[in-house]
Amino acid sequence: MALVEIRNVYKSFKREAQTVDVYSGLSMDFEEGSYTALMGPSGSGKSTLLNLIAGLDKPTSGTVRVEGSEVSSMTSAQLAPWRARTIGFVFQSYNLLPVLTAHQNVELPLLLTNLGKKERAERTEIALGVVGLADRMDHFPRQLSGGQEQRVAIARAIVADPTLILLDEPTGQLDSKSSEEVLELLRRLNDEFHKTIMIVTHDAKAADRAKAVLHLEKGVLLERSQLSGAGVAT
Amino acid sequence: MKIPFVYNLRSVTQRPVSTALTALGIGLVVAVFVAMLALANGFIAALTKTGSADNVLLLRRGSDSELSSGIPREAINIIGASPHIATGADGRPLMSPETYIVINIPRIGGDAFAVANVVARGVSDKAFEVRRNIKIIEGRRFTSGQSEICVGAKLAGRFNNVNVGDVLRFSNRDWKVVCRFTADGSSFESEIWGENEQFQGVFRGNVFQDVAFRLKDPAGFEEAKRAFLADQRLQVDAHRESDFYADQSQLLGNILRFLAIMITSIMAVGAVFGAVNTMYAAVSSRTPEIAVLLTLGFPPRSVLASFLAESAVIAFIGGIIGCLLALPINGVVTSTTNWASFSEIAFAFRVTPQLLAAGLLFAVVMGLVGGFFPARRASRLPVIEALR
Repeated sequence: MALVEIRNVYKSFKREAQTVDVYSGLSMDFEEGSYTALMGPSGSGKSTLLNLIAGLDKPTSGTVRVEGSEVSSMTSAQLAPWRARTIGFVFQSYNLLPVLTAHQNVELPLLLTNLGKKERAERTEIALGVVGLADRMDHFPRQLSGGQEQRVAIARAIVADPTLILLDEPTGQLDSKSSEEVLELLRRLNDEFHKTIMIVTHDAKAADRAKAVLHLEKGVLLERSQLSGAGVAT
Repeated sequence: MKIPFVYNLRSVTQRPVSTALTALGIGLVVAVFVAMLALANGFIAALTKTGSADNVLLLRRGSDSELSSGIPREAINIIGASPHIATGADGRPLMSPETYIVINIPRIGGDAFAVANVVARGVSDKAFEVRRNIKIIEGRRFTSGQSEICVGAKLAGRFNNVNVGDVLRFSNRDWKVVCRFTADGSSFESEIWGENEQFQGVFRGNVFQDVAFRLKDPAGFEEAKRAFLADQRLQVDAHRESDFYADQSQLLGNILRFLAIMITSIMAVGAVFGAVNTMYAAVSSRTPEIAVLLTLGFPPRSVLASFLAESAVIAFIGGIIGCLLALPINGVVTSTTNWASFSEIAFAFRVTPQLLAAGLLFAVVMGLVGGFFPARRASRLPVIEALR
């Protein structure tokens, strides 16, 4: 069974008086340990796909399953703890809480677990160590560079050891050097820590690092570039 | 499932101007709230402290105030023979048949029309033993048979000719002020005391207004009351002195409290709108942060609680400001007319720890009310749109 199963998903939005169809019967699977880049022009439904998988949005019809649980039929009360356990989300604009230190930002998802204070601190330090920012723990976001902020955001996404890491344009606001650092980090998370990663990107370099690249256009899977070790099937 | 409190604390400091203005608005409401209740408290305390639970006040049956009471001289000996009255070291009953009259005397700095009603109480020589809260702070007790008076400490500074050694003229007679006394801040401090026999002759013929006495057995009030009511020779009601004066404070005390709550409630509406505005602005400027918290898996109720807590913190700061603004009025003496005696009673504003706690609680309630709708909006944010 695939880690993520998308079956016959229809999704439409109401925009003013018009209904815009994003997907009309989309089906695809993502295997555990896969590293997939989703590419396509704006409005092609890339981010919507991440939102559906994370349970932030619901399909008009069809099902989205993650680890066998049907995300699309969960209530919001069920979704919050499920998301805390299962999903690590990274945004284009980092979205760190500006008034919290790097350590406090990374610790946030652990506050939703039953871990004690000491254990939380240890895991936070490990996560910050993995992203190479162990020495920036007490810095506030404004004291960090864009690349460092995004690495803190990645530490926050992995600290609770989620099954799936979803990244929406993670290198969109970074210079090439910082992008490179972030992409290298994602490769390590996939190779060394066997994390399942899905990245929405416009950046061809970012897509090149993924093991599989999917192109979406108007909600339709146009082509599939299967690279070595990919675990994507449609 | 709690969003760390430090997030809200630090967020509050990110908007110092709007936070300070909101807190100040709430602070002013709390200051008025505390000040007005301190006024009511002071008034009630002054009258409540006037009476003692060990003392009994006998009034004419049916009278609800000393002013409307009358007990004939013949009744005094009957009352004095009661076994329920404690006796002094000299073997005489600890009782004080009293005259009670309202006189008007001119205020300091006022013109000829600036007069105020003041209680002139004629007492027996035992009155100073019956009322244990009386302390002579200057001079000596008046001498029997002389036109001498003692004045309550709160009259000094507000009326002319009330210092020891002065001569105060009222009821066409000159009275020499021979002492000044305190009475634990009670309404006795707003009275003029002289010998009952002297006052009776000048004011009210052969009638006393009340008899105050000390109970022989402090627990024997009900028994004493029954005995006095059963005595066919007397037409008197027995009141526990502490209850009598406390009852006198009820009407005005309640009105003052009602006014305090009504006025501050109206003001609170304005302050709550200030809090609503500030919190809506906070939610609006932190939309992406809230969306992140929801995305991380914090349930909407945690977001609601978090923003409510933030609003409560701002309001609590306002509450502290309000309490600090109101504190200096503690002890300030003011006066009003006691509606039970139509005479002026001076009393001090009483800002108590309980009142300050009530002020802080009121502030937090304003914060919670003002923060509720913005916090609810935060908890219901559509995450996807908020993340864009």
